[in-house]
Amino acid sequence: MLKLDGIQASAGNFDLKADFTLSGPGRVAVLGPSGAGKSTLLDVIAGFRLPKVGRICVEGLDITGMATADRGVAILFQDNNLFPHLTVSQNLALALRPTGGRLTRQNKAQIDKALSDVDLADLGGRRPSHLSGGQQSRAALARILVQKARVWLLDEPFSALGPGLRAELIARVSHIAQTQGALVVMVTHDPHDAQLFADKVILVTDGKAACPDPAQEFFANPPSAYLDYLGNNRSSLK
Amino acid sequence: MAARFVQISAALMVMGLIIGPIAAVLWGAGSMPAPRDADWQALRFTIWQAFLSASVSVILAIPTARALARQNFFGRGVLITLLGAPFILPVIVAVLGLLAVFGNSGTVNTILGWAGLPQISVYGIQGVVLAHVFFNLPLATRLILQGWLSLPGERLRLAESLGLGPWQFMGVLEWPMLRQVLPGAFAAIFVICLSSFAVALTLGGGPRATTLELAIYQTLRMDFDLGRAGLLAGLQLVVALTAGLLALGVTRAPGFGVGLDRVIQRQDATKILVRLQDAVCLVCVTLFLMGPLSAVVLRGMGALHELGPSVWWAAGYSLSVALGSTALCIVWALALAHRGGEWLSLAGISLSPLVLGIGLFLLLRPFVHPGDLALLVTAVLNALMALPFAVRILRPEVEATRQDHARLSAALGLSSWLWLRWILLPRLKRPLGFAAGLTAALSIGDLGVIALFADPDRATLPLQIYRLMSSYRMEQAGAAALVLLMLSLGVFWLFDRGGRANVKA
Repeated sequence: MLKLDGIQASAGNFDLKADFTLSGPGRVAVLGPSGAGKSTLLDVIAGFRLPKVGRICVEGLDITGMATADRGVAILFQDNNLFPHLTVSQNLALALRPTGGRLTRQNKAQIDKALSDVDLADLGGRRPSHLSGGQQSRAALARILVQKARVWLLDEPFSALGPGLRAELIARVSHIAQTQGALVVMVTHDPHDAQLFADKVILVTDGKAACPDPAQEFFANPPSAYLDYLGNNRSSLK
Repeated sequence: MAARFVQISAALMVMGLIIGPIAAVLWGAGSMPAPRDADWQALRFTIWQAFLSASVSVILAIPTARALARQNFFGRGVLITLLGAPFILPVIVAVLGLLAVFGNSGTVNTILGWAGLPQISVYGIQGVVLAHVFFNLPLATRLILQGWLSLPGERLRLAESLGLGPWQFMGVLEWPMLRQVLPGAFAAIFVICLSSFAVALTLGGGPRATTLELAIYQTLRMDFDLGRAGLLAGLQLVVALTAGLLALGVTRAPGFGVGLDRVIQRQDATKILVRLQDAVCLVCVTLFLMGPLSAVVLRGMGALHELGPSVWWAAGYSLSVALGSTALCIVWALALAHRGGEWLSLAGISLSPLVLGIGLFLLLRPFVHPGDLALLVTAVLNALMALPFAVRILRPEVEATRQDHARLSAALGLSSWLWLRWILLPRLKRPLGFAAGLTAALSIGDLGVIALFADPDRATLPLQIYRLMSSYRMEQAGAAALVLLMLSLGVFWLFDRGGRANVKA
């Protein structure tokens, strides 16, 4: 479903190397120390940064040189996931028809469906600033839903929320992604979040993205590089 | 792609509008004459009057800014806002106001006459400097006030706790601050006064009070001597560039929108003598600024009914020119709201607008109906002259919007048009309104190139006022000035308010 084939990309003063395949729908956590290249990895998949070498394929299609919007990926950023001066519904409409044109009745139904999937059915007329932090995140999630992408990239999207709310949103993402059959790749620096969420883990250290490990094995027997990052404080792993 | 195309074509257009006219003038001139004594005299006068104007403005601004910095009183905010108003005040309106107060039959001379004292004359260098101080004292005051309010609070409290006397306070805190702020304020005003045209046209003149711009006007109007105009424009450019670069060197200017609503807390500011001194200073400055304006309003109202249709037609032409040049300027400014664009926009105002205008006139003459030419050239030039301000206002917001939302827009694949329509323009509403208001007000009050070749029947309002003044119909000139004042404040207010109306979070 997502294949990085011999990727090398410049990330400031070092190169990020990645070579792995994620074959089907699922939930992947990208873990690692800050500055190791987690966000760069996401940027390369999203097309914000072009690799120097290698190819990226989504569902068998080579997307290496494509514009972000054409890649069949949807992205949740750390912030600025919604345009602040537009209502939630307008935000979704823009995501649905990014090159203009009138919304069809079917489009409107899509928007309503996405809003009710994230329990915001009545709040489509509000602007983001009139929503709570959790509601804003759910609205952003609804935006991803209307984009109909098979691959979702999440760059620490809920890091501004408290632990309880974060856990709730992660559970919600997992659930919705499962029903949609999407592949979700989430960058996080929190081992708890990763354990809660992931069935696979990609560890990024020193500019190298390791091959995806099954999450259970990874946390049962963490690689030494990851333990170094945790400061050998294994208590933060359950 | 489309956005890039718009950016580049706007840059090329502005560049063409700077280079094209200059080339046309040089082409038309053939060869450049050698400078005459009169040219050197114009150069000397230009520098000397700019030096005097800047010095007087800055010296008077120091006590004014200090009074505003340390005294809190009812109307302080209004007064500070008023200090921003001369920027959009049409020069001709201010000149008429100054004439009403300081002119031959003005208030001051009437009082002097009663007292049996000799009369003062407002024509010549003293008039030019007076008008420049009227326009630039407020600017200097705002710049210096910023300096005062940037004194760190803890240092003020330290000085307080040490019990520093006024002289020590000045030596330790105020003087070092002034030494940083004054050169910038002086240089800014000096540069502005170098290219003074309308003030020199109305209050100066004669061999002893002619600026380079006025000399360009005269040489074009009397002899249509393109070569000499080009030579004078060259002198002007050298002087303005030199001064501009010096100014950039000494200014550490945050340009717009630094909060001026704070008051520094000084215990001795409440002493009766200090309060008296500040009060006298502020009252004098307020009288100096408001007196001429009130005179325009009072005298104008009495003669409004005498205004003939030519004035109303002129008002209509001015309004159309202003709206056209605002639209043009805003489109350019949006396309040039980046670093390179800001430099390009500055290039336009470092050249003599009269020479640019005459060049444009020569270029367009084969294609445009002569009757429309003067107004068209004026609109284009006004847009060019307001461009640096518009770019300065818009650029930070454009860059912030791009920074915040470019990734999401790319992720969604927004088309350039939707980005402009749904994201950029809505986010820019406020600065757009402000920039459009400034541009429209500057354009509507502009008395420049139009004076060179206006059709007798198609004058703008400032030119019509100048014509009325020249034929000594001061009553009507005063009434027309009131109309112009209302128009320029009105368009500024409308645009600016439009930008503020229900701004979304």
